[in-house]
Amino acid sequence: MGTRTVIPFGPQHPVLPEPIHLDLVLEDEKVVEAIPKIGYVHRGFEKLVEKMDFNELVYVADRICGICAFIHSMAYCQGVEAVMSVEVPPRAEFLRTIWSELARLSSHLLWLGLMADAFGFESLFMQSFRIREKIVDMLEEMTGGRIILGVCRVGGVRRDVPNDALADIVRRVKDLGVEMHRLADVFLQDDSVKHRLVGVGVLIRDQAAELGCVGPMLRASGVSRDTRTLGYAAYGSVDFAPIVEKDGDSYARCAVRIRELFQSVDLVAQAASKIPGGEVGVKVSGYPEGEYHSRCEQPRGEVIHYVKGDGTRYLQRYRVRTPTFANIPALLRMLQGCELADVPVLVLTIDPCISCTER
Amino acid sequence: MSVFGMSRTIMRNLFSGPATRLYPTREKEPHRAARSRGRIEIDIEACIFCSACAKRCPTDAIIVSKTDKEWNIDRLRCCTCNACVEVCPKKCLAMGNRYTPPTVTKDKDIFRQPPRPPKEPETIPGA
Ligand code: SF4
Ligand code: SF4
Repeated sequence: MGTRTVIPFGPQHPVLPEPIHLDLVLEDEKVVEAIPKIGYVHRGFEKLVEKMDFNELVYVADRICGICAFIHSMAYCQGVEAVMSVEVPPRAEFLRTIWSELARLSSHLLWLGLMADAFGFESLFMQSFRIREKIVDMLEEMTGGRIILGVCRVGGVRRDVPNDALADIVRRVKDLGVEMHRLADVFLQDDSVKHRLVGVGVLIRDQAAELGCVGPMLRASGVSRDTRTLGYAAYGSVDFAPIVEKDGDSYARCAVRIRELFQSVDLVAQAASKIPGGEVGVKVSGYPEGEYHSRCEQPRGEVIHYVKGDGTRYLQRYRVRTPTFANIPALLRMLQGCELADVPVLVLTIDPCISCTER
Repeated sequence: MSVFGMSRTIMRNLFSGPATRLYPTREKEPHRAARSRGRIEIDIEACIFCSACAKRCPTDAIIVSKTDKEWNIDRLRCCTCNACVEVCPKKCLAMGNRYTPPTVTKDKDIFRQPPRPPKEPETIPGA
């Protein structure tokens, strides 16, 4: 047994977009244990809830995270709508679905870019971001916001998109699909990329399920679980099956996200072709009384928004369980026994979003 | 074989020119759909200083003073949520699609209504 050294990793680290600190216990170049420390960007969100009107809280929910912003606000609105028994118009449900999928595209492309950066493929990183930029532009065109869309509200959405504009978006997203194929080829077939990903950080099916993984992490280990199959928003009316890979290594996680890109393109097209006409929002009166667990599938996995109201303007309790929080135990398991040089890649494969974990 | 997967993309880029703009020399055009939430513009002439916008603002970015006929906004607080535009009874607020330029000071943008020439002295209907 060699001597053990503890080296700090983070909270500031070139590959980390967000602050998480890991104490890595090393034996030579092998990690034997990793001890996480979070709490660098805690913002006291759960306290804020007590003095912010439940309608205005949507703007805050939108800002829990800078990447899955829209899905956070949607999950929050769904929760409040369920508590207040508000019926959301079908057109709004479809628009929410379309925006969720575009947000997923933008998030997965961002992840692919960061991943390429982590294993040192700078130009691939730029290519991912070039494609992502076009998705973000489309979101801006439809909603006015690029990342934080600010279009969800309790009772529906705040902006409608005309059908011809939607058709145009679908055409452009499909065109981007071709460019994504080229990108995907590099990620999935390039030898130098494979060399960094295949067999790194293997998490077998049972471990993934036992450690409570969610999202692409779980699906890459062969568990077919996707919250979208619950059929929230308009997911009940579109046709899709969760994307599953078997191997549970970093390559499989990359493959799941890449295949989800194409799935999202397809879902946007399906939703746009089936979108009904009509209103995009209903007026909501009264105050929420009761509680609800709202669940949505974010790009990173399942998010749970717990909403409890006591019949006043202010919610009594609001808690968010984010996907990254659920994936950290699995990350620690993967880090045990890996090489030091693989740590950045492994940290990135869970697609960490620390600021939403800490709220 | 697959080491060359990237070369096609690279070749294509070589001939298609850069995908980025040379900011700030070349600024981005606002979107054709003109929906971008850039910054709040006010037509101060039409404002009646009812404070509806200030009350609705979730970030308390707007301060309205009826006595001074003054409307001011802290652009760094504003989260461009559009709530004030939706609530304004005189429709004098608008969401412009240009962003606020970068700044190094935390100043407020102050708008003052110029005093109007008195039309009917004293009696203002409904006031
Ligand atoms: S709501 Fe409109 S009219 Fe009223 S103070 Fe604000 S800008 Fe002026
Ligand atoms: S856009 Fe929103 S945050 Fe900005 S001033 Fe208007 S209400 Fe306040």
